[in-house]
Amino acid sequence: MKNTMSKSEIISVKIGAEAGQGVKSAGLMLAKLAIRSGYHIYNQIEYPSLIKGGHNVLQVNISKDEVTAPRRVNDILIALNQDTINKHFSEFSADSALIFESDSKIDTSKVPPNVALLGIPLSKIAKESGNSDLLINTVALGAVTAVLGGNLVILNELIAEEFGNKGEEIVKANALVAEQGFKHITENYKKFIKGFLVPSDSVSNFVPHMAVDGNESVALGAIASGLQFAAIYPMSPISNILAVLAENQEKFGYIYKQPEDELSAINMAIGASYAGVRAMTATSGGGFSLMSEGFGLAGMTETPLVIIEGMRPGPATGLPTWSDQGDLQMILNAHQGDFPRIVLAAGDAKEAFELTMQAFNLADKYQTPIVLIIDKNICENTQSYPLLDFSGYKIDRGKFSTQIIKEYQRYELTPDGISQRTIPGSGNFFIANSDEHDQVGYSNEDAETRTRMMEKRMTKLKVCKEQDMEKPKLYGPESADITILSWGSNKGTMLQALKGLDDVNYVHINWMSPFPTEALEEMLSGAKFILNIECNYTGQMARLIRENTKIKISESLLRYDGRQFYPEEIIDAVNNIRSKK
Amino acid sequence: MTKIDDLKTPHFPSWCPGCGNLNIWSSFKNAAVQEGWDNGNSAIVAGIGCHGHIVNFMKMNSFEGLHGRALPVATGVKMVNHRLNVFVFTGDGDCFGEGGNHFIHACRRNHDLTVLIHDNTLYALTTGQTSPLSEHGFKTKSTPQGNPDEPFNPLALAIISGATFVARAYAGDMPKLTEIIVAANKHKGLSLIDILQPCVTFNKVCTHGYYRENTYYLEPDYDPTNKQKALDRAFEFGEKKIPLGIFYKSDKPSYEEQIPQIKDKPLVEMPLERASAVELFKKYT
Repeated sequence: MKNTMSKSEIISVKIGAEAGQGVKSAGLMLAKLAIRSGYHIYNQIEYPSLIKGGHNVLQVNISKDEVTAPRRVNDILIALNQDTINKHFSEFSADSALIFESDSKIDTSKVPPNVALLGIPLSKIAKESGNSDLLINTVALGAVTAVLGGNLVILNELIAEEFGNKGEEIVKANALVAEQGFKHITENYKKFIKGFLVPSDSVSNFVPHMAVDGNESVALGAIASGLQFAAIYPMSPISNILAVLAENQEKFGYIYKQPEDELSAINMAIGASYAGVRAMTATSGGGFSLMSEGFGLAGMTETPLVIIEGMRPGPATGLPTWSDQGDLQMILNAHQGDFPRIVLAAGDAKEAFELTMQAFNLADKYQTPIVLIIDKNICENTQSYPLLDFSGYKIDRGKFSTQIIKEYQRYELTPDGISQRTIPGSGNFFIANSDEHDQVGYSNEDAETRTRMMEKRMTKLKVCKEQDMEKPKLYGPESADITILSWGSNKGTMLQALKGLDDVNYVHINWMSPFPTEALEEMLSGAKFILNIECNYTGQMARLIRENTKIKISESLLRYDGRQFYPEEIIDAVNNIRSKK
Repeated sequence: MTKIDDLKTPHFPSWCPGCGNLNIWSSFKNAAVQEGWDNGNSAIVAGIGCHGHIVNFMKMNSFEGLHGRALPVATGVKMVNHRLNVFVFTGDGDCFGEGGNHFIHACRRNHDLTVLIHDNTLYALTTGQTSPLSEHGFKTKSTPQGNPDEPFNPLALAIISGATFVARAYAGDMPKLTEIIVAANKHKGLSLIDILQPCVTFNKVCTHGYYRENTYYLEPDYDPTNKQKALDRAFEFGEKKIPLGIFYKSDKPSYEEQIPQIKDKPLVEMPLERASAVELFKKYT
């Protein structure tokens, strides 16, 4: 390894262990150590659907520049078990190191000879200095901090924050073993110490950076938007949204409720919204299948609602802890009949934050359900951003009033299809009716009324397209040899890949319904070669583009193995296309 | 003050002449007038079935949801505005078929709701099929050989699931039904009234005559706080042996009384502004 990092360089540290050995907390502390030393990070976590055992890995990517994707190779591999070496020995970069347990019979024979072998008696230190085998992750954290030239004082700060609520003794034990791990490197492997993580001189002027994953950013976005009620049934990969919401409910004065199932989740949220509050629910594909019934109920009764859908590979239980983009067409078509479905998709945690806030305003404005699609990679991978900012956010409840309104009609026909909304208890009478209804809300099967009401509801989608829908975003040069088209968490991979590619640009789509037909056609009118990249079997975004535009996609790169695209794979794909041309 | 005319809508009930729903409708309106329930303090959530049409015949703010889902909608309403009287109109098919899971969980959580079951022991709006409350052997369009399934006991199910006010009423005795609706609403916690509702078109067994003949009221000295006794009486059924009245009552705190966020005022009255969240964001640095 070289001793310093160039601006664009990324150092990748992978930690592997059994589930329950604290890979996630160690990875997050290392990420925060990097952030507080003035660096950007991207953490990728991969694990099976198990609580104990199985193989968990977390890759911490550190750079002076923004880093938005995992890497195919590792500069440092921390193996807390044999499995980690067996599974990842082929991923070492040219100049790399292995941190592993030196006391047990760990077999390193498969590790390439150029890799520095930094054996450390992890268990011995954990037991002797920390009085617990459980602390081996902290020993390793101390060791890797030393190898990276990191600051032990910052690490100790982080340990105090992480374990503070577990008591003084736990904090002390962790600090002690971290120091021992650190020392073991400085005393035995001095020549392998690098200067990567030395706090940069400008650290004091550094914009405060936060490390968040999409689950956290959605929850924070919802809180900032004035969320008042959330009913969420636990499901991978969105469960941490409810954990953040549950923890902070008393402080901010909203209710998080765990319902009996997803049917109840969406119906509770609809009831809460009908009664006048900002309400949301969240789920993954399986839960959304159940919610599709309530999705249309919100559409028919014109009840504002925010639904977060965090995709994982289906069908059925599928791969519960992996990622996928196979729910797009289901969401766009879920529920019987036509109603205005507003569907957005975020590309990373920051977009998820911003779109969550926007979704609450859109829901109130158009009085219809808004689905925000994210995926497991967004939900659980952590990225660093300048402190997420909502100071410019304006809560807009749209046509909403709690006053008495003369001759009130809940579903009054208006040019924009949006009617004045009030709430029960305001003194106004109306029926929020799942049956087709007249302007008051009384059930009505008259053909003329049905036609007008259907047109009223669908007009909202047209108005949304004119007033709120955003164009796809273009990254890279205006004109390029190859244009990549994608969505969701692939964004980070594409942005990272663009740094290593010339004459390639990337078009990122956030609005799925209404769809930016004209804008996309215009953006791609001069495209020479369009490469569509998605994580599903049938190319669901390509189908959506075919349905809505005249754009011809030249080639699609699809994967449906649950894994995230690496930037290296995109560069390979582009080179492959060029070699064929 | 609510006057009976205040509750009038341009729509007259479309139920069959003699339908028990007409009695439930009238009894509820009487209770509303007596107690002053109106659009300023009350909301109704209904399911799907003949009963659900009631929203069109009563000028009281309502949400007509999906089949089986009235309870979750109502719990959402109550949690965010606990000052509203929230009434749930649901059928036996609606509540115990499609909505069975919601029912046991709403009972267990003891939300402060008044649940009125329009119990005609069958599906009427779909023209007469068996329901989860149909008697064993009961012949319907879907069970021409006689119903092979045993019915739920709605009262016992409510009691063991955690409901804290459990009653049975007969639609035809409107003064008594009115009284029970009022008592149910006054109770803090989940109140269930299983209302025996003759379906004059599809149910030739559970008729007004049958219920008049075979029902009686629990004794004046009956103690509704005794859970075991309440369960015993809930299982009493048959010729001349159908008890009516309040079977069970307990003073456990309601769900809404236990939530600190809404101790002072309902969520719906609280500000949405969240500038202080900045401090929370800093935890992620």
